[in-house]
Amino acid sequence: MTSRLRKEWMIRSFFFCIAMASIVVLSLIVFFLFWEGLPIFQKVSVRAFLLGTYWYPTAEPPDFGIFPLIVASLGVTVLSALLSIPLGVMTAIYLAEIASAGLREIVKPVVELLAALPSVVIGFFGMVVVAPFLQSTFDIPTGLNLFNASLMLAFMSIPTICSISEDAIYSVPMELKEASLALGATHWQTISRVILPASLSGITTAVILGMSRAIGETMVVLMVAGGATLVPDSVFDPVRPMPASIAAEMAEAPFRSPHYHALFATGIVLFLLTLMFNLVADHLGQKYKQVGTATL
Amino acid sequence: MKGKFLLTLLVSWLCASLLAGIPVSAEELLNINGSTTVLPIAQKVAEAYMKENPAVKISVSGGGSGNGIKALIDGMTHIADSSRFIKDAEVKLALEKGAYPVPFAVAYDCIVPVVHPTNPVKNLTMDQLKAIYEGQITNWKTLGGPDLEIVVISRDTSSGTYEVWEEKVMKKQRVFPGALLQASSGAIVQAVSKNKHALGYVGLGYVDATVKALTVAGIEGTETTTLDGSYPISRPLYMFTSGWPTGATLNFINYMLNPQKGQKLVREAGFVPLY
Repeated sequence: MTSRLRKEWMIRSFFFCIAMASIVVLSLIVFFLFWEGLPIFQKVSVRAFLLGTYWYPTAEPPDFGIFPLIVASLGVTVLSALLSIPLGVMTAIYLAEIASAGLREIVKPVVELLAALPSVVIGFFGMVVVAPFLQSTFDIPTGLNLFNASLMLAFMSIPTICSISEDAIYSVPMELKEASLALGATHWQTISRVILPASLSGITTAVILGMSRAIGETMVVLMVAGGATLVPDSVFDPVRPMPASIAAEMAEAPFRSPHYHALFATGIVLFLLTLMFNLVADHLGQKYKQVGTATL
Repeated sequence: MKGKFLLTLLVSWLCASLLAGIPVSAEELLNINGSTTVLPIAQKVAEAYMKENPAVKISVSGGGSGNGIKALIDGMTHIADSSRFIKDAEVKLALEKGAYPVPFAVAYDCIVPVVHPTNPVKNLTMDQLKAIYEGQITNWKTLGGPDLEIVVISRDTSSGTYEVWEEKVMKKQRVFPGALLQASSGAIVQAVSKNKHALGYVGLGYVDATVKALTVAGIEGTETTTLDGSYPISRPLYMFTSGWPTGATLNFINYMLNPQKGQKLVREAGFVPLY
């Protein structure tokens, strides 16, 4: 082998090892998660675990029903998506299509900077500022509730959604836009009928990434969601999403006790939900993928 | 977030098992294990003690009172922290294995119900507290307060503070699922200070001017009422040794009980000192 080829081979092996290392570590984490979580199903059935409405892990006898926690997680994620998708996508359209180049240069980094806000800061803001405000404005018993958590999570997902959507919209080829305008379409018609469909795959990815950030977020929901293990009747009811429960209880749960295993099993459910989100994103991304010039 | 947390857990686990394998020579090693309620006290005192006595290495871990006492009986630890007195069955087991557990009360735990400073309610009975936390009394009006819905705030079920509440107030009944959860005493004070509807409970050391402490059955929760036993929501916390302590264990227990040293740190940790 010549030295050139050997060098090529070494570089290739080096990158292979690096890639394998991250995959192996991730697989180990998944393995660890299932290893510590599955033993709970010797104590309770999968059905009772997922659909049980009482979560009393330390009572005698204990109850391990995470249905209220699942509903809470889905609730805050869906509500925060309803708030963040329109805001994020419309901001992206404005930045990519309407704003002047100078303004875009300033606003886009600022929006991306929002993503750098630590979640504990957002949680603290929700707890100290937003909660008393919601409480007095809507005359509700507590400002620590599903709505507050969704609002804070929306703040966190907007930068993700906006930034990735903007990239998708911005990279729609000029020819498509020019062709549409040349045919006599207005700017708005061009945006809504040509540019948005062409960038749908990118926008979908953006939305799902934003939502998976919201569903896995721990600190914010621990601080502002309230923490009641109830299936909520309204958006102003306090709830306890899965990550909050895991974070609050894990430190004190006796090692390898049923409570410990139940928290890991909750982690499995959370993992599967996030995985599902990513698979859906992948599927939608493929389905709406534009072919030809518009390919992202 | 979750991946990171698990990774940290895994890494710290690996480090811990590696460190555990390194033999410590020429230093005296003291193991303390047991109740997570006593853990902050044991940790603070152990840190201060190691600073003054660098030759002694103290390892403090929390695994629950039962695990601590079991470890003591099996000779796996020098001191067992416990948030309750030893049970008859445990004494019997200890005697069978030739161990004589000796109890030292090291501090008292005193839990006080707190409300918003503007709340006119001053006192609640034990039955009223229980009914509120069971979700039966839902409005302050019933208790002589304003017509406001009560927002019940509780601690996470694995905390020692919750344990006292469950034992003394709830009499083993469950806190209703609609109660809000906060992960620390500080967070409860924060939430109660911002909410006129709120009722929470915290250790005496956490009560400050932003919340109002209620009297229970007419008795104010103070260090005095805790020590004379008249305040109902309190309990002693123990450290158990196997046989009368000697050597490093004795020195540590003495340090712990010293009013100028260990007992000062007890107050700093938010508990009631013995003197």
